Amino acid sequence: MANTKNNLVEARGLTFQFGSRTIFDGIDLDLQRGKVTAIMGPSGTGKTTLLRLIGGQIRPTAGTLHVDGQNVPGLSRRDLFELRKRMGMLFQSGALLTDLSVFDNVAFPLREHSGLPETMVRDLVLMKLEAVGLRGAQRLMPSELSGGMARRVALARAIALDPMMIMYDEPFTGQDPISMGVLVKLIRNLNEVLGLTSIIVSHDVAETAAIADYIYVLSQGKVVGHGTPHELHQSESEWVRQFMNGAPDGPVPFHYPAADYAAELLSREGS
Amino acid sequence: MAIFQQLGSRTLAFFQRLGRANIFLWAVLCGMPGLIFRLRLLIQQVFSVGVLSLVIIVVAGLFVGMVLGLQGYYTLVDFGAEDSLGVMVALSLVRELGPVVAGLLFAGRAGSALTAEIGLMKATEQLSGMEMMAVDPIKRIIAPRFLAGVLSMPLLAAIFSALGVMGGYLAGVGLLGVDEGAFWSQMRSSVDFNDDIMSGIIKSIVFGAVVTWIAVFEGYDAVPTSEGVSRATTRTVVHASLAVLGLDFLLTALMFGEV
Repeated sequence: MANTKNNLVEARGLTFQFGSRTIFDGIDLDLQRGKVTAIMGPSGTGKTTLLRLIGGQIRPTAGTLHVDGQNVPGLSRRDLFELRKRMGMLFQSGALLTDLSVFDNVAFPLREHSGLPETMVRDLVLMKLEAVGLRGAQRLMPSELSGGMARRVALARAIALDPMMIMYDEPFTGQDPISMGVLVKLIRNLNEVLGLTSIIVSHDVAETAAIADYIYVLSQGKVVGHGTPHELHQSESEWVRQFMNGAPDGPVPFHYPAADYAAELLSREGS
Repeated sequence: MAIFQQLGSRTLAFFQRLGRANIFLWAVLCGMPGLIFRLRLLIQQVFSVGVLSLVIIVVAGLFVGMVLGLQGYYTLVDFGAEDSLGVMVALSLVRELGPVVAGLLFAGRAGSALTAEIGLMKATEQLSGMEMMAVDPIKRIIAPRFLAGVLSMPLLAAIFSALGVMGGYLAGVGLLGVDEGAFWSQMRSSVDFNDDIMSGIIKSIVFGAVVTWIAVFEGYDAVPTSEGVSRATTRTVVHASLAVLGLDFLLTALMFGEV
C-alpha cells in the first residue's frame, strides 16, 4: 500500500455498478496532497461519478475509498457532513442558488457552518470574491452572470470554508478562451496559495495537462494510463496517445460498429 | 405473459415509490424542530406558498359563493325557504367547498410551483451542491416549504369560506332580495363551531399536508431534466387533486358518518 500520509485520496479496488452497468471496475487511485491531479477520459466514463463517490453522495459497490485517512463509504452521516465541510466542489453548472445574490451565495456556507458574526462573514466573502476577481459583482443575481463568472463565483463559494481539497467537475467545458484562461490560472494559483489539493475531472486535454501535476486516464471503468502530463504524451499505449493528442482515428475507431458499408447500401431492406 | 410481467413491475415500482415518499416524509418531519431557530426561512416560504396563492383563492371564493347564492335561492324559493339561504351557503362552504376547492386551487397554484422549483433546483445541481456543502437540503429547502404548506392551507381555506359567504350574501341579499336579517341570523344559529367549522379546519389541514407532501416529494424525486420536471409538475397537480377529492370522501364519512 502506498504512503497514506502523502495521499489525501486513496482508492483501492473501487468498483461501482449502476443497475447492470459497471461504471468502475476495480480502480486504484492515489491523489497526493498539495497537487493538482486530473482525472481524464472520454465522455461517459463516469468521471463525475468518481467525484460523487469521493464526496460520499453515492456508495461504491466494492472497494475502499479513503479521504484524509477516513473510509468515506463507511462514514456515518454526521461524520460525512464534517468531512464535506473540508471539501469544496465546483459543479459543471456552478450550482449557485438562484434565489440568492452573488454575495449571499458565497456567504451561504459561512452562515450555515461557521457561526461567525455577520461583519466577519462580510469580510470573508469580500476576500473570497476578490480572489476570483468578482468583488465588483457581489450584488448581481446568478441569472445576470455569464457562464464563466458563475463558475468563478461558485469557486469563491467552494473555498469559503478554506477546504483541504477542491473537486472540479469539467471546469473548462463550454467556456470562451478568456474565461478558460482565467479559470486555468485561478485553479493553479488557488492550489498554490491556499495549499489545496485539487482534483480536476475533464476531457479538455490541453488546458488540463497545462496545470495538472499528475493525470489518470480512465476508460471503460479501468485506469488505462497514469503519470505526469509529459509521461502520458510519451505513453506506450496507443489508446492513451490517441486521447492525449485528440486524434480522430486510432484504437478508438471513427466509425460506430456497423454492418458492412457496401452491403448495407446495396441492400433493399428498410427502403 | 408480458402483461403480467408489466403489471408486476408497475406494482413494484408503485410501492417502491410509496416507500420512498414515506421515508422522505419522515426525514422532512425530522427536519421540523430545527426550523424553530430559522423562522425567517419559514416566513419566506409562507409568503411564497400562502400569500402568493391569495389572489386566486379570494377571487375563486367570491365567485363560488355567488354561484351558491344564486343556485341555492332558485331551489329554496320553491319551498318558500329562501331565508335559509345563509345557512345553505355557509354550511356548504365551511364543510365541503372551502377546504376542497381551496385544496384543488392550492394544488394547482402552490403545489405545481413547489414541484417545479424543487425539481429545477435538482436539475441544476443546487440540491447536490448543497449536500456537498454539508447542508442537508431536506432540512434547508424541503422542511420549511412543507411546514409552510401545512400552515397556509387552513388559512387559505378559511379565507375562501369567508369570501364565499360574502359572495353568497352579495348574490342572495344584494341581487335577489333575500332578507338580510334572516340570512345572517339563521346562519349564526345553524352553523356549529365544533361540528361544522372544526371539521372544515381538520379537512384543510389534512389536505394541506397531503398536497404539500406530494408536491415536495415529486420535486425531490423528479428526473433531473426539463422533461422530468415538467412531468413531475403534472403528476403533482393530478395526484394532489385526486388525493384531495378521495380524502374528502373519507374524512366526511369519518366525521359525519355516525348518522
